[in-house]
Amino acid sequence: MLAESLTLSAALFTIGVVGVLTRRNAIIVFMCVELMLNAVNLSFVALSRLYGATGQVFVIFVMTVAAAEAAVGLAIIISIFRHTKSVNLQDINLLRG
Amino acid sequence: MQNEFYPLFYAFNFYLFGLIALVSAIVFVTRKSPVAAALWLVLVMFALAALYVMLDAQFVGVMQVLVYAGAIMVVFLFVVMLLNLGQPSELHDIRGRLGRIAAGLIGLALVAELLALSRTALDVRLELPAAASADVVRGTAGIIGPVAAPLFTQYLLAFELTSVLLLVAIIGAVVLAKKRSA
Repeated sequence: MLAESLTLSAALFTIGVVGVLTRRNAIIVFMCVELMLNAVNLSFVALSRLYGATGQVFVIFVMTVAAAEAAVGLAIIISIFRHTKSVNLQDINLLRG
Repeated sequence: MQNEFYPLFYAFNFYLFGLIALVSAIVFVTRKSPVAAALWLVLVMFALAALYVMLDAQFVGVMQVLVYAGAIMVVFLFVVMLLNLGQPSELHDIRGRLGRIAAGLIGLALVAELLALSRTALDVRLELPAAASADVVRGTAGIIGPVAAPLFTQYLLAFELTSVLLLVAIIGAVVLAKKRSA
């Protein structure tokens, strides 16, 4: 089941990348990032069957970082929404020259 | 315990949950409403938790349900509710034609690259018989023991640093989301 798991992981990661590139809603872009993290976790778990449980330790670290990232990122989104009244990434163009 | 239908049953369930994960991921990316997208993503995470359990990582499967589906997605839904973004028609969500073509090309290139990599880099040596590799993970220490041992010995410093990271994230989230009084 290793090859199937890695293929599914690749497919999920690609779906996440396409979502980040095509969507404009900041919250959905953020969820696509979570999907990419999940895809990486799947390949960690699949390979940990062969190389011992260290892969699962890294999955736990990835989950911790994902939780921290979700908290801070959503706080940033709330803060941006207070400023621009929108979560559309097209409206957030303060740095555009 | 292990009868003759076990491998067939295992493979059927593995492909079933893999298919659920893949299809609901595609549906998730194409939904307009953030609430519907979040719920489809929860389904992806549940299917992945089932796959983790089938790949002999039961603890990670439980953590997947608790942390991802239970905590992170609830925070996403809470923010959608807080900002009142439930209406899908408010913003034109998908980028224009140029962005879509670029994303499609990049996506195709990525999937081709990753598939080629997973075909070539895996030599035959990696395909251990399933029973042998399962015994390595199961061992005698139970389910959590093999995960806990490297976590609290080899990676103890990293483990302690994640607590600092979580503290920083909590403080940062509170500071960023707090209403300015002035």
